[in-house]
Amino acid sequence: MHDYYSFVTGPLAWFAFLVFITGSGWRFYSLWQLAKKKDGAVFEYMNLKFALRSIAHWIIPFGSRSMKINPSMTVVTFIFHISLFLTPLFVVGHVILWKESFNISWFTLPNTVADLMTLIVIGSSCFFLWRRIKLPDVKFLTTPVDFLILLIVTAPFVSGFWVYHQFPGFAVMTVIHILSGEIMLMTIPFTKLFHMFLFPFTRGYIGSEFGGVRMAKDW
Amino acid sequence: MSESKAVADTKKTDDQGILKGVEQLTPEKIEKVIQQVLKDETGARLKVYVDTCVHCGMCSEGCHFFLSLNDPKLSPAAKVKQTMWEIMRKNGKVSPEFIKQAAIIAYTQCNLCKRCAMYCPFGLDVAYVMSVMRRICHKLGVVPLYIQDTAHSHSVSMNQMWVKDDEWVDTLMWQEEEAQEAMENLRIPLDKEGADIFYSVIGPEPKFRAQLIFQAAVIMNAAGENWTMPSMPGWDNSDMCMFTGDYEMMERLKRCHFESAANLRAKRIVMGECGHAFRSVYDMGNRALGWKMPPVEVVHAIEYYNELFEKGKIRIKKKFDRPVTLHDPCNIVRGRGLHEMARNIVNATCSEFIEMTPNREHNYCCSAGGGVINCGPPFKNARVESGKVKAEQLFAAKAKGAEVVIAPCHNCHGGLEDIIHHYGIEMELKFFGDIIYEILELPE
Repeated sequence: MHDYYSFVTGPLAWFAFLVFITGSGWRFYSLWQLAKKKDGAVFEYMNLKFALRSIAHWIIPFGSRSMKINPSMTVVTFIFHISLFLTPLFVVGHVILWKESFNISWFTLPNTVADLMTLIVIGSSCFFLWRRIKLPDVKFLTTPVDFLILLIVTAPFVSGFWVYHQFPGFAVMTVIHILSGEIMLMTIPFTKLFHMFLFPFTRGYIGSEFGGVRMAKDW
Repeated sequence: MSESKAVADTKKTDDQGILKGVEQLTPEKIEKVIQQVLKDETGARLKVYVDTCVHCGMCSEGCHFFLSLNDPKLSPAAKVKQTMWEIMRKNGKVSPEFIKQAAIIAYTQCNLCKRCAMYCPFGLDVAYVMSVMRRICHKLGVVPLYIQDTAHSHSVSMNQMWVKDDEWVDTLMWQEEEAQEAMENLRIPLDKEGADIFYSVIGPEPKFRAQLIFQAAVIMNAAGENWTMPSMPGWDNSDMCMFTGDYEMMERLKRCHFESAANLRAKRIVMGECGHAFRSVYDMGNRALGWKMPPVEVVHAIEYYNELFEKGKIRIKKKFDRPVTLHDPCNIVRGRGLHEMARNIVNATCSEFIEMTPNREHNYCCSAGGGVINCGPPFKNARVESGKVKAEQLFAAKAKGAEVVIAPCHNCHGGLEDIIHHYGIEMELKFFGDIIYEILELPE
């Protein structure tokens, strides 16, 4: 077990970060090159003011009509994404690892808060799963990969919850937890999870079109 | 995958344009054309749109097809799934049968109204993706018969309705004569150089709605404008080629229109109450020609009428006294933000105004735009059924007392006329021009 642990916290961790960073960099670079070659107009119409205006309306809860008429989805989406981001960065256990490995440290979340946010991620994932199975329009769009992505995102949180509460077999679960986190990191550049980086660009572009050319709102 | 009823049973289409086109396809030809379009004509934008979609279904709420029929296949993302998503996944290796279905979806189940872009959290532009699909279908020769006929007319005559050059001038002179009964010494000045306004209309105006030219002439004369209309091709600002995916023809048409205005050294182009034509000169055609914004300023009728009232250039006898409601056309509202100006005109001309909800940018489409109505009878029933939410919206306005629907767009007129008739709504449809003409105080 100790060997596995050393592997996932050592070489594999480095590898996962490497894949995540270079993979994301490569995605950006290739899309940028392609856009420069084939979508020159996009750069012409991009407008910082209108891009930010649109992004602002869509990162504020209930900032768009779409969010207002789907309140449950809006609430779940926001608390899900917030928890998904903050928990891994600020949970005590992770910050200690950074401290031990690199002697850097930062703000930590109180344990009960981190625990609650973990449950929020798990609960939200169940909600998304329910949507994919039960809502006919979402079901029609859903592919096996969508379920897999949901699993990839939820696994580190389920295992993390397990480890934190020291349920039976938590030693094995620790390895699974680290491994699943690394898998998530490595899949970001190559799956739809990359939407986290593309959001400002797609939203910003339609915001620029609507604001600068169409002179209309897009929220 | 869930099985669900499609709005129109696409397998049973009797559209001869699509059926004959598909007969001539081979998998090799399909693959070649698709790869050419994907490689030469699209890039990161299409890739990002298709790759970023997380299949969340939020766009469903944005589409009147989905809202009217509650069919999962009609959600905007579902239309992408059944067309470009599959094509890109298989890198063009799709069957003629697939192209048949894709053509029906892209041409007749999406109005390219861009409402869904306002419901997608990422702002993915499904209308753009559908346009790429149409482009592929055009290059494969699989286009609904009726709209292809208008595209043929465009390429032969540079207008949408097979209007011959002499018929055009004849129509203008006829309308001039008619209008002279309302207003003595009225003129429709042809080919006048250096005019302030170059007035252009769509092909169907001289063909079916010539009274609109008459009304516009009366309004222009009453306002004392220095205006002109061209006697030669270039007078038609409409563009069905933009909707079939024939972008080469779209460019020729727009160049002809802009050059017609530029040759007469007109200061600006004012156009009649049409939505798609505005999209073609303000959004798609100018861009295809390499102009970020139109090379000659283009002013839609709404903006122009609003200006007439703001500057006090025309006066009215009395306000139009029947309660009205207003339909916001996609191409000039989501396409150019003219919704507040439209309301200014309503307030300046009508005594009672009842809003439909949702309105402005969020208004439901008439289900006719994007060339869908131009695909003709084979798709009419499906189109009208897709207007159910629009019908409900109209009924609600009627329940509040509205008797007249103002729709400042030709396509919307066609679509709403069918909806009003089919659902038995019994409301009257009018253009702004109809109302202004009716209440206009003619100068002595």
